Amino acid sequence: MPRVSFEHIVKRYGAVTVLDGLNLDVEDGDFLVLLGPSGCGKSTLLNLIAGLQDVSSGRIMIGDRDVTELDPKDRGLSMVFQSYALYPTKSVEGNLRFGLAARKLPKEEADKRIQWAADLLQLQPLMRRKPSELSGGQRQRVAIGRALVKHADVLLFDEPLSNLDAKLRSEMRLEIKKLHDTLNPTIIYVTHDQIEAMTMATKIAIMQDGEIQQFGTPDDVYENPANLFVASFIGSPAMNLSPARLELKAGNATATFGDGTQLSLVGATFDHAVQAGRDIMVGMRPEHFIMDATGTADGHSMLQLPVIMVERTGSDALISLDFVGEHLFVRAEPDRAARTKTGETVSVHYPTAKLNLFDAQTGLRL
Amino acid sequence: MSDAGVMFPRKPRRIRGRSIAVIVFLAMAAMFFCVPLYVLIVTSFKDMDQIREGAIFSLPIRWTWEAWRFAWFDACSGLSCEGLQQGFWNSVVILVPSLIASIAVSMITGYALAIWDIKWAGPFLFLLFLTAFVPFQIIMYPLIRLTVMMGIYGSTTAIAFVHTVLAMPVLTLIFRNFYKDIPSDIIKAAIMDSGSFWRIFVEIILPLSGNILIVVLILQITSIWNDYLVGVTFGGLGTKPMTVHLANMVTVSTGTVSYNVNMAAALLTAIPPLVIYFVLGKFFVQGIAAGAIKG
Ligand SMILES: Nc1ncnc2c1ncn2[C@@H]1O[C@H](COP(=O)(O)OP(=O)(O)OP(=O)(O)O)[C@@H](O)[C@H]1O
Ligand SMILES: [Mg+2]
Repeated sequence: MPRVSFEHIVKRYGAVTVLDGLNLDVEDGDFLVLLGPSGCGKSTLLNLIAGLQDVSSGRIMIGDRDVTELDPKDRGLSMVFQSYALYPTKSVEGNLRFGLAARKLPKEEADKRIQWAADLLQLQPLMRRKPSELSGGQRQRVAIGRALVKHADVLLFDEPLSNLDAKLRSEMRLEIKKLHDTLNPTIIYVTHDQIEAMTMATKIAIMQDGEIQQFGTPDDVYENPANLFVASFIGSPAMNLSPARLELKAGNATATFGDGTQLSLVGATFDHAVQAGRDIMVGMRPEHFIMDATGTADGHSMLQLPVIMVERTGSDALISLDFVGEHLFVRAEPDRAARTKTGETVSVHYPTAKLNLFDAQTGLRL
Repeated sequence: MSDAGVMFPRKPRRIRGRSIAVIVFLAMAAMFFCVPLYVLIVTSFKDMDQIREGAIFSLPIRWTWEAWRFAWFDACSGLSCEGLQQGFWNSVVILVPSLIASIAVSMITGYALAIWDIKWAGPFLFLLFLTAFVPFQIIMYPLIRLTVMMGIYGSTTAIAFVHTVLAMPVLTLIFRNFYKDIPSDIIKAAIMDSGSFWRIFVEIILPLSGNILIVVLILQITSIWNDYLVGVTFGGLGTKPMTVHLANMVTVSTGTVSYNVNMAAALLTAIPPLVIYFVLGKFFVQGIAAGAIKG
């Protein structure tokens, strides 16, 4: 039985429909990341499950309980907010205790849990301080502690790390991941940071305009994007997407691009049977290109293209090639990139098995 | 030291023409209040002989507390001649419950309107806003009937009740706007943690209310203490506030007018709110400027 399920959730604000018949199941112990562009309804979904907003129609189940009509405090959830939302006049300990006091726990049990959370998150030296006397990372740890002491079945996170600097963010990312590995709670985590999603999630739901575009494991979503939106949204640098026409050349599927360039699709996987003559989009991830391979290796397509620009991004470099008048980004080793000059022609290979092909009309994966 | 330290010395700022105009204007505005106050104070320390000479700006020849003593202990208001002290204690007795009731009611209404999902909150707020502009005189008669019906007319309870009603529109709006500024995530967290109206009020909201409480406290102390109309209309014979005593004392006295006693009595009546201002004035300014959450 899934831990949390959303069944036909509709949410309207007046005439605006934010969620329109959304279905989603979260399994027990899953770390689900909701990922999507700003305004797609991620926070709305989180507020609905928390009971902070009411659904217009639909049903929310937690375990085998229908919680759609329950008050927030009776749903057995805790939430960590982007702004931490610590109670400003309470000490760290007071913050942890507030949620327990309302639950009428015996004092010893409350003390034990607070002690446990303080040890787990290294809050011991901070217990007497007020939130205003803490750093961002410390505040976030308190916020997580406050969510943990309630022993909720499901933890909700709404962009908890987006107010932290890059270094602290990667530290906290690890801490949350570790927490999930040891305590194994069910987590629903909202972010627009792809790295957070890819590193922490056991499942990712990619949302756009209130609809779930794809739901699957991080690998699945990354390697087999279900449609053009997911393909262009996931991955940084983004996947190269070029329009082409699907043709049969001597019985072999081939993509013909606008300038007549041909790319063999032998070895590419098709989920559906397709006819020749279709307009398609060919997706190639920058990191799957192989530079300087000689000859035509089996299962690889070769392209010879002029260099437009070379960018150093830190540990990597990006070479941008002129492909049918558009940029085609190829990842390269920095020292290889250093030897590359603008204007020269390089040859790159792409493994056809890793091609992503989409129907140009519907946007769906072929 | 000095030649190494100051690289780019800045010229001290000069007062310019425009600033002078502002200062002159402010000085005139201040004079407007200070000159009458000066007359009030010096007259209260003179004896009647000197007052009859008519030089109102001159300092007392012989400084005396006699007028103050007389105003406090012996002056007649109507038939009783017990001085202002009677009125002072009446005012205190009126002030305390009026203050508590008006602030408590408005605070909780404002909290409910700002934080909780209340049906018809919008229209209710608009109505409150409108009632803030209704002059007291218009609803005075209905209020008299109401308090008579409630059986409290002519008592301190009636005065406190009317003060609470009158203060509610503005105070509720003040509290509501203040609480609206509390970050919504904190409220959401509290609702998920506890969900109890009173618990969230007492443990989360009240401790955040210090700044606005000071502001409202000062506003209310001043307006309740200085009130005349509510006191004279709704108070019984024995529960008239100090302002009513003062008015009776000044207007109904027969024979010669004891200016020094009247001035002393006026000052005595005005002192309590002034003291509050001096003690809490700093917090008042802070409270107006600050929101619920620091920095
Ligand atoms: N109270 C409201 N009234 C009307 N529309 C609203 C309201 N709250 C949210 N919306 C709309 O609902 C949509 C989804 O909002 P939501 O806050 O869930 O987005 P989000 O995915 O969390 O975005 P972000 O990543 O920026 O936080 C947005 O288009 C927003 O304008
Ligand atoms: Mg959001």
